[in-house]
Amino acid sequence: MMRLSWFNTVSLTLGFAFLYIPMIILVIYSFNDSQLVTVWAGFSTRWYGELLQNEAFLNAAWVTLKVAVFSSTIATVLGTMAAYVLVRGGRFMGRTLFSGMIYAPLVMPEVITGLSLLLLFIGIGLDRGVLTIVLAHTTFSMCYVSVVVSSRLITFDKSLEEAALDLGCSQAEAFRLVTLPIIAPAVISGWLLAFTLSLDDLVIASFTAGPSATTLPIKIFSAVRLGVSPEINALSTLMIAIVTVGVITASLVSKRAMVRQQRDEQEAARAQ
Amino acid sequence: MMRRFLLIATPYAWLLALFLVPFAIVLKISLSDVALARPPYVPQFSWEEGIGAFLSQLDLENFVFLTQDDLYWKAYLSSLRIAVMSTVLTLLVGYPVAYAMARAPQEWRPTLMMLVILPFWTSFLIRVYAWMGILSNEGYLNQFLLGIGAISEPLTILNTQVAVYIGIVYTYLPFMILPIYSALDRLDGSLIEAAEDLGCSRAQAFWLVTIPLSRPGIIAGCFLVFIPVLGEFVIPSLLGGSGTLMIGKVLWEEFFNNRDWPVASAVAVILLLILIVPIILFQRNQQKQAEAEQ
Repeated sequence: MMRLSWFNTVSLTLGFAFLYIPMIILVIYSFNDSQLVTVWAGFSTRWYGELLQNEAFLNAAWVTLKVAVFSSTIATVLGTMAAYVLVRGGRFMGRTLFSGMIYAPLVMPEVITGLSLLLLFIGIGLDRGVLTIVLAHTTFSMCYVSVVVSSRLITFDKSLEEAALDLGCSQAEAFRLVTLPIIAPAVISGWLLAFTLSLDDLVIASFTAGPSATTLPIKIFSAVRLGVSPEINALSTLMIAIVTVGVITASLVSKRAMVRQQRDEQEAARAQ
Repeated sequence: MMRRFLLIATPYAWLLALFLVPFAIVLKISLSDVALARPPYVPQFSWEEGIGAFLSQLDLENFVFLTQDDLYWKAYLSSLRIAVMSTVLTLLVGYPVAYAMARAPQEWRPTLMMLVILPFWTSFLIRVYAWMGILSNEGYLNQFLLGIGAISEPLTILNTQVAVYIGIVYTYLPFMILPIYSALDRLDGSLIEAAEDLGCSRAQAFWLVTIPLSRPGIIAGCFLVFIPVLGEFVIPSLLGGSGTLMIGKVLWEEFFNNRDWPVASAVAVILLLILIVPIILFQRNQQKQAEAEQ
């Protein structure tokens, strides 16, 4: 592989600087002692302390976490099923509509999804709260899960499944013993994706949340509308830190799993 | 057989009930009249009156209203302009980064990938919020430019369309980089060498070989930016100020501030009609790519 030309080096440097400098500034200024956000007045962790005293934020964080755990888990089951149907399901009636309903939510403007779900919930007389947010989040995140899982299903060798069937496995056993372990990393990253999408969502949650359940993004949004605040900076930094640790751990784990899988395959090949 | 039916039917039924049926409801309410009731629109469907009486009460009044008040079509046009412009800008910023990533040494690529994906996992709201502190009049950018003496008075960027463009390019950049990178990553380097051997200059080889072969990635990236940006709400409301008109914001305000559900639904129906063609094109592109991989 050749070395990077100066042009490519410049694009990479500028591109990543653009992506990261705003977040780095946010993190640095979350340790600012001053009430005025843009004036540096020395290092302090006072905003983190105040954040931990803020009941409203803590309650909202708890609701958000509950919604994210439930919705991402249901979405992973449904999304994996949908991916399996799309890739291995063969022809069935309404397949085009089905794949349309999987891809459309990925790009659908959130205001439309939110509005339509709210009108549905009101139409069937469902009280808005944690349950309705979970239903809404499950719906759009199962589509993301299904895209992630189906891209793994497409690339893996179908003959492995066929071999299991030839050797006397039932369809369900073949899925549980062969397919699932192979697609497991994709299923896990699908779950993580669904989880973070749910944590992040403001617009759809605003439509589907009732007065009884407020999520963290809704709280942040109403605070941020009034301007930049040091407390929100501290909260943002905590969220960035959690995501960073999560993503790095996930990528290390999946890298190790991949190395192990390659080694297994090599050993299997040698044994033949 | 039963198992296969359940496997298909469960996700299918879920999406029908929570994705397709809600759209039908939006369509129905967009044809209804606003009322001081709970829920705030009429007619309500009732079995006694029958479906004929119910349908006869629906009309196109809200859509007529949308054409009469120029707020709405101005908002649609301005959203379209912002979406087109910011898609082009994102492509111009994203392509060189994706290209450089595909050219980087093999052992760097997973790390570079992770660096592109990381912001995508970070809260959208927080990433938009970060720019409020940078772009405001007493913000970090103005402090910096005043400090090095490049300007003598602070620039007004926050609450203008410039801030909206910056916000969109920033938050949607990973959506552009990733599909283009994956298209470029699969590109066979020997094709470019062949073009150069056959007398192409490097620039010609880029235009004639690299760009056409990365087209599926470019198309996917552009749709992934254009379609959601058209209905964007968070960015214009945090960075755009009152001067930036975007239809997502109009819909939000119609619903939450004016509580006019029928008009909000009509706004959504029109937005959806505008989006149907790009959404179908996007899906075709994705399916073609998926089949090419299989």
